[in-house]
Amino acid sequence: MKGKSFLWQNKRLMAHILFRHRDIPDINKLDVYKKNGGFAALKNAVTKMKPAEVTDVVKNSGLRGRGGAGFPTGMKWSFMDSKSWPHYVLANADESEPGTFKDREIMENNPFQFLEGVALASYAVGANLAYVYLRGEFWQVAAFLDEKLAEMEDAGYLGENLFGTDYSLKIHTHLGAGAYICGEETALMESLEGKRGQPRVRPPFPPSVGLYGKPTVINNVETLTNVPLILANGADWYKSMGTADSAGVKIFSLSGRVRKPGNYELPFGTTFRQLIYENGGGVQDGRPVKAIMPAGASSSLIVVDDKTLDTPMDYAFVRTLGADLGSASVIVIDDTVSIDWVINKTIHFFKHESCGKCTPCREGNYWMRHLTERIHSGNGYSTDVDLLLNVAKQMQGKCLCALGEFSTMAVVTGIERFPQDFKKAVKA
Amino acid sequence: MLLEKYPKEVKQILSKYPPEHKRSAVMPLLYLAQREEGYVNKAAMQDIAQLLDVTETEVASIVGFYTLYHDEKAGKYRMQVCTDLPCALRGADEFLNNLCANLGVKVGETTEDGLVTIESVMCLAACDKAPMFQTQGPDGIKYHENMTVDRTMELIEALKKVKE
Ligand code: FES
Repeated sequence: MKGKSFLWQNKRLMAHILFRHRDIPDINKLDVYKKNGGFAALKNAVTKMKPAEVTDVVKNSGLRGRGGAGFPTGMKWSFMDSKSWPHYVLANADESEPGTFKDREIMENNPFQFLEGVALASYAVGANLAYVYLRGEFWQVAAFLDEKLAEMEDAGYLGENLFGTDYSLKIHTHLGAGAYICGEETALMESLEGKRGQPRVRPPFPPSVGLYGKPTVINNVETLTNVPLILANGADWYKSMGTADSAGVKIFSLSGRVRKPGNYELPFGTTFRQLIYENGGGVQDGRPVKAIMPAGASSSLIVVDDKTLDTPMDYAFVRTLGADLGSASVIVIDDTVSIDWVINKTIHFFKHESCGKCTPCREGNYWMRHLTERIHSGNGYSTDVDLLLNVAKQMQGKCLCALGEFSTMAVVTGIERFPQDFKKAVKA
Repeated sequence: MLLEKYPKEVKQILSKYPPEHKRSAVMPLLYLAQREEGYVNKAAMQDIAQLLDVTETEVASIVGFYTLYHDEKAGKYRMQVCTDLPCALRGADEFLNNLCANLGVKVGETTEDGLVTIESVMCLAACDKAPMFQTQGPDGIKYHENMTVDRTMELIEALKKVKE
């Protein structure tokens, strides 16, 4: 079995599964990728497996979406409406959550593994056309992927009649143009259709009605990059890593007041303490950690104590701290930072990025922005803090998409969990 | 006319999308239209509308919605400094202030020679490499990471020498 060779290469304790460029130099070159087992999974799938079998392996591996929602990937694929054709696959490379910078590292350094993942997903759901939707700022990354796609086509890993079968596949890149909301899956589809990137009302969901009104699978870059090795090494291999709730490995984007910010690929279940102190080298100037935002700007603020630091990071455990792991973009805030400043920053972001389609999000963020600014500038009263909390809570559960909901997270948890910071910030 | 000026590029862009969904090409075509002057003028919008069988208003609404399209002239390069939360935790606000002071401009303004416009933008997915910014100019978008004001001034000197 070809898969064995992968296992051996990964035997060195904690060799990377996604960031293989950190172990294998030049893996962004086609021949080096091939020499290290590249495209074996794709060839095996297309020539020897039925599409549904590919989906089953991914289902059994326990892989969950890495973009933030954590939805089981194989299950998503199995929802595709088989009565409506053609099918499309979209790779979500819009990576715009403040604090998230993992997909970019994958695409820049291990592009073929990602693209092989796109191809495997496409085969599994019977798509002959797939798009990689990148945020507009990833201009250089898109140009680089275009080169890699051309190389794959020349080598026969893309195009007509793959490996002599009747399966054909084209993959194209598509650049966005600076809109956070396009990371939301239906907004991304609108954008790709040449419209303003505003979310659609759901249901119907993309596996029934997606791009161009056809069944569509949309997965995050990191999610797809897992797929080739899962196919090569098997579902059990993947499940042997991580926790019972969250199988496998995750890239944690660590930012904020740490000594060594960066991406760290670690198994689910790694504790915050390990990430921040062992990988991240601890906090700048040796200060204590005051708060953590585990899911970027969309995150609830976690109050940090010993128990928090020793919490294993997976989807279920982080929830016990009153937050979501989301995209695992861990922003570290130390005790020199006041939380009223933090939420002023996050609301500045959400106010700017609200797409304007639904009223609670558009108006709510407008007013929250006025209030956070007033409080942070020292011109606020305690009634402004009450009003801010009130506005945020009124928005919850009423917005069309997750952006509106997310915008309230840091505000509500910031005020409720760090009341002393707001007392200090206001006049009375 | 876009088609006359860039026949190869337009054809290549259109070939990416199913012919019955050619409207999808609006975003790449807008980038193309913006290439020379750094903003999309009215004629180009008309052009694109015609190419894709959509109204001019629809094209204009795309330009208005997305932050990387511009309908007004600015400096040859837009220097877009990220001051979002993670970068701000690593000194991005001070960097932007010092840079502005050095150049004698405010955020949103252009240097006297028309070379750079300084802007403050949201997260660019480089939060571990703050202070950072991107330049948007005739040659597309480029990232500049782990920057200092001194190195930025050197970059600006180098940009002055870039010929059209
Ligand atoms: S916050 Fe500046 S790049 Fe992410």
